[in-house]
Order: sequence, then structure tokens, then C-alpha cells
Amino acid sequence: MTAATVGTGAIGVAFAAVPFLASWQPSARAKALGAPVTVDASKLDVGQMLKVVWRGQPVFVVRRAKAIIDQLDGHDAMLADPKSENSVQPDYIQSTGAARARNPEYWVGLAVCTHLGCSPLGAFEANNSFQVAGTDLGANWPGGFYCPCHGSKYDISGRVFKSMPAPKNLTVPPYAFTDAARVTIGVDDAPKV
Amino acid sequence: MPAAPESAESSRGGGLIGWIDQRFPLTSLWKEHVAEYYAPKNFNFWYYFGSLALLILVNQVVTGIFLTMNYKPSSTEAFSSVEYIMRDVDWGWLIRYMHSTGASAFFIVIYLHMFRALLYGSHRRPRELVWIFGCLIFLLLMAEGFMGYVLPWGNMSYWGAQVIVSLFGSLPYIGGFLVEWIRGDYYIADATLNRFFALHVAALPLALIFLVIAHIMALHEVGSNNPDGIDIKKHKDTQGHPLDGIPFHPYYTVKDTMGVAGFLLLFCGVIFFAPTFGGLFLESPNFGPANALQTPPHIAPVWYFTPFYAMLRAVPSFAGTQVWGVMVMGASIVVLFFVPWLDRSPVNSIRYRGPIYKIMLAIFVLSFISLGVCGLKPPSGIYPTVAKVCTVLYFAFFLLMPWYTKLDSVKPVPERVTGHA
Repeated sequence: MTAATVGTGAIGVAFAAVPFLASWQPSARAKALGAPVTVDASKLDVGQMLKVVWRGQPVFVVRRAKAIIDQLDGHDAMLADPKSENSVQPDYIQSTGAARARNPEYWVGLAVCTHLGCSPLGAFEANNSFQVAGTDLGANWPGGFYCPCHGSKYDISGRVFKSMPAPKNLTVPPYAFTDAARVTIGVDDAPKV
Repeated sequence: MPAAPESAESSRGGGLIGWIDQRFPLTSLWKEHVAEYYAPKNFNFWYYFGSLALLILVNQVVTGIFLTMNYKPSSTEAFSSVEYIMRDVDWGWLIRYMHSTGASAFFIVIYLHMFRALLYGSHRRPRELVWIFGCLIFLLLMAEGFMGYVLPWGNMSYWGAQVIVSLFGSLPYIGGFLVEWIRGDYYIADATLNRFFALHVAALPLALIFLVIAHIMALHEVGSNNPDGIDIKKHKDTQGHPLDGIPFHPYYTVKDTMGVAGFLLLFCGVIFFAPTFGGLFLESPNFGPANALQTPPHIAPVWYFTPFYAMLRAVPSFAGTQVWGVMVMGASIVVLFFVPWLDRSPVNSIRYRGPIYKIMLAIFVLSFISLGVCGLKPPSGIYPTVAKVCTVLYFAFFLLMPWYTKLDSVKPVPERVTGHA
């Protein structure tokens, strides 16, 4: 009798706890504000990048030079996950290999370090001041990203170097090109205009 | 009037106190916990920090209440409301600096208080629960410090929150969901700030006060330890009071008042002359508002978290996940709870322990301080190596304890406490 009462009471408490726990989930408003974002990348010069906000997270759009795209396959041995097998991205991005982009000229990825969520900096010049021992590509540094928090380094496709605090390559969000240089972040297919 | 209540009243004394005592155990509580709580007579410098921690708790509660009167827990107004407190509210700067300096002072005092336990074996039987309540207080204090640090919504607040909340994301399976649930949004947002405020000003302080009461009740149940680590209840006078004990009041209230005076001198010195303490107590990137698109060039938590942060960073990611660093950091706190059972020495106090414990304790303190320094510095140069070595030493102190405390030589323990009468 006592056990049954206690048991029933415990079940009641568990059910009563659900609304309180669920109230911590993103609200309807937060979900609505997580809508796709469109950005016009045609204004970027080669070697420039811009950051846009999608779901409150910074997203990089980088315009890459042809010379840099061509040498992306050259440093696989230094990367932790060159084929992005353990990283997060849509399948149509992973299948593009070293470019990790729908259009190799424009690289799109979350500016959120996979270690602890800091925002990496763009380091696109050779011999940049952020060189960290072990990833020093010297004059051959193909450009990439450096996380100022814990020193993780990524190449310009957002692929992390070996022995970095970050375990994975930078996440690529779902995105699509509406025209040659207009990117919509947050959708897999270009919206019909 | 019936005779029975009359006699009860006369036995408890008359007047207002007597009237209260018949309805509430005021005098007996006072006697049990203050006037007739017999504490060992050989307390030294290290025994100031318990009462100082209580003083700081009161300081944090009082200044915190006054801060909430002007602070606005919203992502658009939080930063400017803190600036408003600093510039426009009469004496607002003092109240805020008392609160922010109090946070750092809290950790200084608590670290010294915990070190005292390791010195004199205060964690050992029969005070295991005193120690466990203390560890829980420490854990809650860290949560309280972290959430309080987010509230000014400066850029370091924001990115500190980002880093710490992301720790939960490394847990397998539930990580992603858990992070979203804690944040209440897809990023550190207004919802996050608002709930941290609720926890910081209501839930956690309530739990803290409850645990502090449990900590003191457990202590008073078994009696205080002392620098000799011996049981003073073995030798009692004809009235049943320990021969080596003295009433907490007036003897230790006077001693603790002295400690409070010394503490306040230092505390006020920091508040008036160095409230940021060179960027250690209040970090300079936090004087700019939160910016989701711009990480500060170097993220370091406030100084009291840096030893644990250094351990987190010291562990590289492995098998495609960085959960290992998080586990090491968690274990560095969890291991504290087990110290009463890891310590196998036949004696309590360091005074009667052999050289091994003294050396291990010294190594532990040095590695903890070195980890603190490494956690403040950027992860380059010599610091990552130092942090790795010190992480190993930190754990060696605890995990090897069952062996070295047993192996260690001991000196004969006196029957009565030593020192001046």
C-alpha cells in the first residue's frame, strides 16, 4: 500500500516535472528566428571573406583564389580528417572532397571551432603571424583559419590539422546557390523564385 | 493558571527570551552552536577561513540583492544596465565591486579552507560528510561564479558561456540536444542569459545556503578537528566539557573578529585601489559588449577556474571527440569527494605524518598553482607541456594516496593538544 502510494506519487512528480524541463527548450519564437539567410557573395574580392549570422551563429563565406583551390589536395598528410569522414556537413558537401563546397570558389562553413565553439580567425596569407609549431607550412601555407582560443588550425576548406584541440573539421551548414554568387544558408535546395 | 507551563517558564528564564524559548529553541540553539559549542583551543591561522567564507556569502547575498534592483537580465539591456550601475547609480560602483571582488575573495578563502583540511586531515573520519557537503558547496560555487560571470554580458561573458556550455556538447548521443536545452536557443542568446540570471540569483543561492547549514550542522555534530588532528572529546572535565576545548563564544568569536578585520583591510584595499586586479578579477575584454561574431583574441576564464580549464586544454582530442578533456576536468572535481577514503594514513595531521605526504602535498599545491598560470596563458610555447605534466601530478596526488599514505612513516600522536595553554 505504502509502496504503491509512493510509486504513484513518484510517477506524478515525474510527469509534473516535464513542463518545467521542456520550458528550457528553444521557444517557438527562437525556432521561428532560425529561418534561412541569403547573402550576396559577388561583392567579395578574391581572398576576402564575410561573416553572416544564421541562427545566431557566425557563418564564413570565403572567396578563394584558383591557385589556392588547386593546391587543396597537397597537404592531406597533415590533416586529421582530410576526407571529412568524421565531420559534420551535408552529403553533397562531403562528396566534393578537398573543396568541401558546392562551388569551389566560395567556401561556406560555420565560424564555430569544433573544439569549444570559439570563432576562428581567417589567416589567408602565407607565413601568417598565427603559425603554430607542427602546422607550419611556411611559404606553402595555403591559407586557412586559426582559432585564437586554444590554437586549433584549419585549412581553407575548414579541415583541421592533426594534433589540434579541435577533433573535427569546421561544420558546413546546409546551403544552396540561388544564382552564381547568391548563397542561401539553412536550406538544401535553392528556393524557387 | 496550570502549574506545568509555569514551571517550564521558570526553568527557561523569563522575559522576552523566555517567552520565545517556550515557542522556539532560541537559547538552546545559541548554546548548542555558539556559547557552548566547545572547539579545540589550539586553532591557528588556518581556521579563519570558515568564518570568512560565511562573511563573504553574506556579502554576496546582500550586494547581489542590491545589484538586481538595477540590473536587467536581457541580452539588449544587460551590458548597459551594468554600466548604468557603475556610472549613474549612487554608490553603484561600490556595490558592484564588492560583489565582483567578493567572488574572487570567495574562491581564495575556499581554496585555503580546503587546503587546511588536507593539512590537518579534517576530511577524515568522522568528518567525511562535512567534507562532502563542502565539496558540494565548492561545486555549486563554481556554477554560481560561472553564471554570475555571464550576467554583465560583456564579450568575455559571452564567449566564456559559449565555451563552457559547449563542454556538454561533447557528451556522446545526448550532447547536441543537451546544449540546445541549456541554451534555450541555437546559440548563447537572451534565453540563456535570462535563465542563468534566475539560477544565479534564486536557485543556486538557496541551495548554497541549505548546504552551508548542512555543512555546519554536520561539523557541530562531530566537533571541530584541530591542528594536532586528535579527538578532544577523549579527555573531559567533571562537567563533561572537553579539557582541550573552549566555548566558541566568546573565545573564537573574538578570534574570528580579528580575522575579519584583517580580511576586510585587504578586501577593501582591492575594492578601492585595484578592483579589476590587473585583469584577473575583471577581465578587460569584458568591458566591451557581447558580440556573437567576434571571439576575443585570447579566451581565459576568471582566475579561479584556470587550473581546471588548463586540465581541459591539456588533453588532446582522440578518436574524433574531445570528450576526454571534459572527462578529465570533471574527474578533477569528482576525485575530491573520495579523499576521505583515499587517505589511509593512521594519523590525521600533517604534524605527525612522514615526509612522503609533505612532499606530495607540496607537489600538489605547486601543480595546482602552475595549472592556474597555464590556464591564463595562451596555449602555446612551454605552457601546454607544463599543463600536461601538472595534470598528471594533480591526479597522482589523489590516485596514489591509498599507497603513499600507508607507506609513509608517522610520528607518535600526543594525547592532548600541543601549543600554549
